[in-house]
Amino acid sequence: MAIIRFGDRPFFRSPWSEFERMRRDMDALLQYWGGEGGRGEAMVYPLLNIFEDKDSIYVYGEVPGVLPENLDVSVEGETLIIKGERKPWQAGEDVSFHRREIQSGTFSRAVTLPTKVNTDRVEARVVDGILSVTLAKAEEVKPRQVEIKIG
Amino acid sequence: MKDKELQVQPKHHVQQGGEPTKPEKQFVPAVDIYETDKAVTVVAEMPGVAKTGIEVSLEDGVLTMTGERHNGLEKGALLLREFDAGRYVRRFTVSENIDQEHIKATMVHGMLTLVLPKIPPASPRRIEVQGG
Repeated sequence: MAIIRFGDRPFFRSPWSEFERMRRDMDALLQYWGGEGGRGEAMVYPLLNIFEDKDSIYVYGEVPGVLPENLDVSVEGETLIIKGERKPWQAGEDVSFHRREIQSGTFSRAVTLPTKVNTDRVEARVVDGILSVTLAKAEEVKPRQVEIKIG
Repeated sequence: MKDKELQVQPKHHVQQGGEPTKPEKQFVPAVDIYETDKAVTVVAEMPGVAKTGIEVSLEDGVLTMTGERHNGLEKGALLLREFDAGRYVRRFTVSENIDQEHIKATMVHGMLTLVLPKIPPASPRRIEVQGG
């Protein structure tokens, strides 16, 4: 959703303003999709998908093999912090490895949320290796329906 | 090893013949394979796949494991997408000394564990010669 502030509007309509607007939109679009191509170095474990609706923000992360007790989710102000440790998965002592692609180790990630959230109403669960965190938006940032009176 | 920081492993798309019927992304799950005297164990990373979504088959010495993700991870408007969802498919050839009848699969916390027990080496059998 594009938010237009009054300050963004030129006082006089310039013939270039439309191009300027398009350029701004393209920049926003590139910024938004930029992460798709640049997979690799800058990415931090765990990878997250974030969605929102009018009441909540939903954060999903892939954390296969991380036990719930080794996962620590906290919210400080507008920052969501996900920390944890992934222990080696059930390999006994006397084993010889043929392939070893699954990693183990610690991780921590902080994400700045787009809006203020109600820190008392944060739910986190892990189901089948997917962490889902539901954060209720703070009352003051929820959209409010304005009633239009007639007459 | 203890304090190693986890790195993001990019997901690899399946590269093999045959197009999927559904226009869906297919990924190769990361695996660990280890062996003991008694069994070969395959551990595969399949986040988002429930027990019911797992299918393991063994045909002509080829072990195929597929994981079908359950939905319900999309809500409202997207703000950020870092990982893609799709099916997981991986195949391995299995040697003949595996007891194919007793392969066990378990799915916990998005990790599929397959235990392939080995057939114990046949003990030499004495055949008695019957006197006539």
